[in-house]
Amino acid sequence: MSRPAVLTGTHFMDGDTAAVEGALAAGCRFFAGYPITPATEIAERMAERLPEIGGKYIQMEDEIASMAAILGASCGGAKSMTATSGPGFSLMMENIGLGAMMEVPCVVVDVQRGGPSTGLPTLVGQQDMMQARWGSHGDYTIVAYTPSSPQEMFDVVIRAFNTAEKYRVPVLIMTDEGVGHMTEKVVIPTGDKIPVFNRKEPTCPPVEYYPYRADKDLVPPMGIAGKGYKVRMTGLTHDERGRPATNAKAQDVLVKRLRDKIMNNVSEICEVEERWTEDADVIVVSYGVTSRCVLRSVERARKEGIKAGHLRLITVWPFPEERVKQLSLRVKGFVVPEINLGQMVREVERVSKVPVISVSNAGGMLPDEETTYHAIRKLSATQGG
Amino acid sequence: MSITQAPAATPHPEEIIDLTHPTDKYLRTDMLPHIWCPGCGLGIVLTAYLKALDDAGIPENNRAVVSGIGCTGRASSYLKMDAYHTTHGRAIAFATGLKLSNPDLSVTVLSGDGDLFAIGGNHFIHAARRNMDLKVICVNNFNYGMTGGQGGPTTPHEAKTSTTPYGCAEYPFNLCALAASCGAVYVARWTALDTRRLRSSIAEALKKKGFSFIEVIAPCPTSYGRPNQIGSGVDEMRFYRGHWHLAEENIFLEDAEAPHKVDIGLRTDITVGKFLDVEKPTFLESYNDVVMKKVKGK
Repeated sequence: MSRPAVLTGTHFMDGDTAAVEGALAAGCRFFAGYPITPATEIAERMAERLPEIGGKYIQMEDEIASMAAILGASCGGAKSMTATSGPGFSLMMENIGLGAMMEVPCVVVDVQRGGPSTGLPTLVGQQDMMQARWGSHGDYTIVAYTPSSPQEMFDVVIRAFNTAEKYRVPVLIMTDEGVGHMTEKVVIPTGDKIPVFNRKEPTCPPVEYYPYRADKDLVPPMGIAGKGYKVRMTGLTHDERGRPATNAKAQDVLVKRLRDKIMNNVSEICEVEERWTEDADVIVVSYGVTSRCVLRSVERARKEGIKAGHLRLITVWPFPEERVKQLSLRVKGFVVPEINLGQMVREVERVSKVPVISVSNAGGMLPDEETTYHAIRKLSATQGG
Repeated sequence: MSITQAPAATPHPEEIIDLTHPTDKYLRTDMLPHIWCPGCGLGIVLTAYLKALDDAGIPENNRAVVSGIGCTGRASSYLKMDAYHTTHGRAIAFATGLKLSNPDLSVTVLSGDGDLFAIGGNHFIHAARRNMDLKVICVNNFNYGMTGGQGGPTTPHEAKTSTTPYGCAEYPFNLCALAASCGAVYVARWTALDTRRLRSSIAEALKKKGFSFIEVIAPCPTSYGRPNQIGSGVDEMRFYRGHWHLAEENIFLEDAEAPHKVDIGLRTDITVGKFLDVEKPTFLESYNDVVMKKVKGK
């Protein structure tokens, strides 16, 4: 018996598998990918599951092609996804930029491992966080989520597809080897309990359709190939009609709209989870698998009478800077543990009014509980707040 | 000076002749004039393609074109159909996704030799291997025209370009032999002089299922003709006429040595023709046969 798209029930599955089930539940029907540790399980599961529900899976010749193929599939009307890790993510940068410029909804999962280069294929990393934001050339704005459990992976991938469809933008899942290979309970609800958003399509007669004439929400309805709208899309700077317009004026209008359609909706897009922040003196900011182990440092500090809190980023891009700014007005400092040599800590430092301590490592292991704890203690002992 | 007024009764030429070109309805005329140089072969290829779409009876709403970057890459912006101007070299990979998401589409990749065979070479060979149902038209002008005439993977040995000022030390790809060896089911080569043959060949490929490859040798007087003393676009066409050689149909099947005999060098003969036309299940047919049947049977 072929299994349904929404695998309702209680499962014991890893994060990579949960990403696939979340995607299928959100309506994903096309996957193009290339094997890479530690993301391969996503491709394998897709190869097995997509045919069961009438979708299509293709293994491409590399990650460049995978990214291009999911853009093409999305333009043909399919919700599409690819998955990779650092080296493949680097190759995808070119067409992530094309997706941002042509405004093609799609989801890219990066199961991060240690880098640079081939680095640590089987060990955990969080070193692609800035690449997620700035990796493709030019000014562009994307959305990125960082789940910290298989259950959250399932939930967040659904929201990633909805965000991609709503804003016509590539959305990234910046997960890590820890969450990808972690097996836990995942509860999949019935399909009617899963909110699914589909891109708006033009309703006007085809002759009146301009592929890049945006509505009030700054998002243009997306014409799908084969439906008679004669869509014209290009990676060149273009006008409302999709005509190449390589001049500074057209560039200003287009690139600012691509930014604003996301940044005007930060409050709707951004998600964080807070614990003990109401009275906190020191707040630990973390994301992904890191959140799970730093929680122990926070709990230990609490037990010892230190008012420590935890801010967990579920959306990393756009960075929830308003919330961090608010909190910085009433705390003594932030501690930012990450599995990199300090990437998201730069964002916290950028908006914080109080001292920030980075707890970092070069990759391959989780942040040290002891170091995080001592950073909390050090900040709590300072004056101010 | 005496000026004679024409009699008012004589109709203005525009009233007698329909000034619209037969392919205008398929062009985004708001984009004209185009960016291509005088003497360029791209207009001929575009016209042949548009007429072939009608000849092959491809429904208007099912026409899709994907292009990469370069002079040929700009073609997609002029076509009134679903048209995607993608990144350099990635047109075939993008087109693969487009075709698989909507198999009713007739997807043509229209791009240049540098785009398809240098930066995009990997995607070409794999799409051919899979027999992806795409029509790939490569306009080969032996150089990178858009960026000012640099050498590339098709530049003939000893030909001069802006990056091969002493002559090209490399040997070029034989595109048709490459396509056939990678699994294309239809392989043809024409020059910009073969307007009718090109048109019917494209129509034939459009009607055929599978990975079809048509190479069109096209003049680039600005960047290739001049440094190689070939002259204007018309001179380059004259050269084709003098060095044109038509191969027998399906010669790649008949003669194992044939793929090597259609090499193109600087000032050598140019062999044209339909080199290969065979039948093989497409990627999607095979996917349905190998994968979907088993899933349904579970």
